[in-house]
Amino acid sequence: MSMTLHIEDLPDLARGAAFLGSGGGGNPYIGRLMVERAMRETGRPLELLDLEELPDDAFVITTAMMGAPTCIVEKLPEGMEAAHSLRRLEEHLGRKATATMPIEAGGVNSMIPLVVGMRLGLPVVDGDGMGRAFPELYHETFHIYGVSGTPMVITNDHGDQTLLDTHDNYMMEWLSRGIAIRMGGVAYIAEYPMDGATAKRVSVSGTIGMGLRIGRAIREAREQHLDPFDHLIRSMEGTSYSPARVIFTGKLIEVFRRTKDGFALGTVKIQELGGPRVMTIDFQNENLIAMVDDEVLAVVPNLINILDAETAEPITTEELRYGQRVKVMVVSVPPIMRTPEAIAVWGPRTFGYDVDFEPLT
Amino acid sequence: MSLRIGIDVGGTNTDAVLMDDLKVVSKIKTPTTADVTTGITNGLKFVLESSGTATSAVNGVMIGTTHFTNAVVERRRLQKTAAVRLGLPATAALPPMVDWPQDLADTIGGNNYLCHGGHEFDGRPISALRPDEIKAVAEDLNAKGITAVAVSSVFSPVNTDLENEVAAMLREWVPGVSVTPSHEIGRIGLLERENAAILNACLRQLAAETVAAFRKAISDMGITAPLYLTQNDGTLMSAEFAEQYPVLTFASGPTNSMRGAAFLSGLKDAMVVDVGGTTSDVGALTHGFPREASVAVDIGGVRTNFRMPDVFSFGLGGGSLVKEDPLRIGPQSVGFRITQEALVFGGNTLTTTDIAVAAGVAEIGDPSRVAHLDKALVAAAMARIQEMSEAAVDRMKTSAEPVPVIVVGGGSVLIAKPLAGASEMVKPNHYEAANAVGAAIAQISGEVDRVYSLAGMSRDAALDDAKSEASQKAVEAGADPSTVQIVDVEDVPLAYLPGNATRIRVKAVGDLTLVGR
Repeated sequence: MSMTLHIEDLPDLARGAAFLGSGGGGNPYIGRLMVERAMRETGRPLELLDLEELPDDAFVITTAMMGAPTCIVEKLPEGMEAAHSLRRLEEHLGRKATATMPIEAGGVNSMIPLVVGMRLGLPVVDGDGMGRAFPELYHETFHIYGVSGTPMVITNDHGDQTLLDTHDNYMMEWLSRGIAIRMGGVAYIAEYPMDGATAKRVSVSGTIGMGLRIGRAIREAREQHLDPFDHLIRSMEGTSYSPARVIFTGKLIEVFRRTKDGFALGTVKIQELGGPRVMTIDFQNENLIAMVDDEVLAVVPNLINILDAETAEPITTEELRYGQRVKVMVVSVPPIMRTPEAIAVWGPRTFGYDVDFEPLT
Repeated sequence: MSLRIGIDVGGTNTDAVLMDDLKVVSKIKTPTTADVTTGITNGLKFVLESSGTATSAVNGVMIGTTHFTNAVVERRRLQKTAAVRLGLPATAALPPMVDWPQDLADTIGGNNYLCHGGHEFDGRPISALRPDEIKAVAEDLNAKGITAVAVSSVFSPVNTDLENEVAAMLREWVPGVSVTPSHEIGRIGLLERENAAILNACLRQLAAETVAAFRKAISDMGITAPLYLTQNDGTLMSAEFAEQYPVLTFASGPTNSMRGAAFLSGLKDAMVVDVGGTTSDVGALTHGFPREASVAVDIGGVRTNFRMPDVFSFGLGGGSLVKEDPLRIGPQSVGFRITQEALVFGGNTLTTTDIAVAAGVAEIGDPSRVAHLDKALVAAAMARIQEMSEAAVDRMKTSAEPVPVIVVGGGSVLIAKPLAGASEMVKPNHYEAANAVGAAIAQISGEVDRVYSLAGMSRDAALDDAKSEASQKAVEAGADPSTVQIVDVEDVPLAYLPGNATRIRVKAVGDLTLVGR
C-alpha cells in the first residue's frame, strides 16, 4: 500500500532519520528545509511507493549527497543537483526512471531523494540500501547483493557533471570521493540504477515509513506524557526493526575524539546510574560497538543509539557531552542487513573488532 | 589608577558598580525603568555621590544590556531590512530567511537578493562577482527605500573579500545605507551566520538611538569618559562599534555575571551558579571566560551560531514559589514583587527566600513571620534546593573531577551548603553585583574562525597565521598589546575531507587601554 508524505510529517521524519543514523549520518535540517520548500511551492504532498508493490519492470535510480557536513551547511545546494544527476544517468542509459530511492535512511540522505521526487514529480520508493547510516558508498545492500553502483553521475551546483564507470564499487567510492572534494567538498549523486525486480531483492524495505514511525513515537510520548522508551519500543514491535531494548542507563562521563582519514573517530564512556558499571561505546561517524568491561552488549550493523534519558531524543556523536543523562538502546536491524554476506561488508570485523556479530534475540 | 563604572541593565534590575582598578568602591541595585536611561542615571548618580567621586575622575563606563534581545523577541522597533547573498549558482535552494518565523520576516519586510559570488572551502571562487547584479540590487533598494542590508557570501569566514567589496558598492550606490557583512558576526554555517547578520542589520537604527541615549545619560551627569558595551563573549566593544554590531550584546547578561564571578573570586577555571529572582544560570569558566555554546542558538525563533555562553537555566530563584504535598519549588516565581508578596516581607506567598530565612541561613525581612513554618518542610525544601543546584552544576561540568563552584547573584543566599561535586564553594564579596562587576572589568578581544586548506601549508603555519591575526584584531579593538594573550585555540579537521582541510578558531584577549587621569 503506498502512502503520501505531507509537510507536517517532515519534523517527525527528520527526528526518526537521526535515530536511524545511529549517531551519524549528518544533520537532516538542511534537507528537511529543502523538502518543506518544495512542498510549499508546489502545494503537493509526496507519493511513497511500497517496495513490495514495485513492478518488476520499474526502473529505480537512487539519489543522495556525499561530502563533509561542514561544507553542506555552508555551501547550500542550488537545489536541482541530485535531480540533474538522475536525469543525466537516464540519458546515458537511455531509460527513464520510474522512481528514485534513498541509499541511506539515516541522517541527511533520508531527505535528498524526497527533494528529487518533489522537483521531478517522481515517486520515492519507501526503502534504502543501508537501513541506517554508514560512511561509504559500498556500504549498501545493493552492493552486497551484487548490484553495480555505476554508471553513476556526480553533479555540483554549477551543473558540472562526472559520469563514472568503474570495475567495482570500491573504485566507485574511491574516485567519487576525490571528485566530491574537487567539487567543493560536497556533491550530489545518482547511482545504483536497477529494475524493480532487482530493487525488491536487494533493498531494505519500509525505512522511510520506519523513520516516520520512530520520530512520531518520540514526539507523541512528549506530547502525551508517556514513557518515551516504552512508547518507542512498542512502536517498533512487529516491524523488521525489532526487538529493541534499553541496555544501559547512565551519565556520560567521558568523550574522546580524534579524526583519521577524514572520519570522526571516538569513544564515549557512560557511568551506570546507581551502579558501578561503565559502558564504553566506540564510534566512527556512527556508533559501532557497546561494551561493559569485556562483554559486548551491542555491535554493528544493529542500531546503537544514545538517547536523552528524559525525552528519548537521539544524540548524535557530535552532540555528545559530559554530564548528559542517557539511555542506550540497541535495535535489531532487518534480516537482509545481517546475512553472512552483509556481515562481511559491515560487520564488526570490517571496522577492526575481533568479535562476531550475534543477532539480538 | 583607573576608575570604571560597570552597569548591567536587566529586565528587572539595573545594577551599577564603581571600581577603582580592581576594588569595588560603591554599588547599587535599582529598578530598571521603562525608558532604560533613567535607571542608568539613577545608578550612576548613586555610585558617584555615595563615594564622593568627581565625574571628571571616571575613566570609562561599561554597560551590559538586554535591550536588543528584547526588541527581537518582542518584534518591536526593527528596521526594514534586505539580505543580499553571494553564492549563485549554489545556495538557491534555500534563500535568506527561509527558516524564520513568518511574523518576524514580515516585520522586517522579507526582502532578499541572490547574486553570484562566494567561495569554496579551499578558497577558490564559486563564481565571479557581477557588479551589474549588485547595481540592480542597489537600485531596487533605493526604489523601496530600504537602508539596512545584510551581506552574506558562501565561506566568507575563509575569504572575506567579496562581502567587503559588495558592502563598499552598496555604500556608494545607496545613500544612507548601513551594511552588515556576515563574516564580521558569525562563523561557518551559512544560514545561521546570515540570520545573525540580518538580525544585526535590522537593529542598527535602534542601536544608534539607544547608544545615543546612553551617551546622553552619561554626558548629562558630566562624565566625559568613553562608553563601552559588553559583548556576549565577555569582552567590550566601543559605543561606536556597538552601534554597528548590536547583535553582539545578545546574552551578555549571563556572561557578565560569570566574568564578574571569576574576577571577584580570583578563580579562572570553575563552575558559576548565578541565582536570580526567578531562574538560576549555570555555566563553566575556562581561563576566566564562559565556555561557548557549540550548537545553534535560537533567538526570537531564529537559528544563529554566533558566540554565546553555554548556559543552563533552571527554575530556582529567590522568589520561587514553594508548594507543599507534594513538595514543589518553582518554576513559578513572585519575581520583582518579592518585597510585597514573600512572607518575610508581610505577604502571603511562601517563597524560597522565606525557607532560607526560616532555616537560619539568611537574614532578610522579618524572621518572626516564618517562625511558624514546619521544621520538616523547611529542611525538605532546603534539601531540594540543594539537589536542584547540584544536578544543574553536574550537568554543565566537563569532567568528573570535582571543580570549584562560585555562587553569585541576589538569590544566592539559598545555597547554604557546599554542593556535591564541588572541590570548594566560594561566595565572593559583592556577589550580588557580579554582573555589573563583570561589565566593569571586561577585556577586549579579537577572534579568527576559518577553514584552512592544508594542501600548501603546514598545520603549524595555519595555527600561527590564525593566532597573529586574532592578536592583531584585539589590538585594533583597543587592547594593550603587552597584555594580549591567546585564550582559546580549536583545531577541527573536517570529516570526509582526507588530510587537506581544517577549521581553526582562535581567540585573543587583552586589557583595555584606559588613559589614567
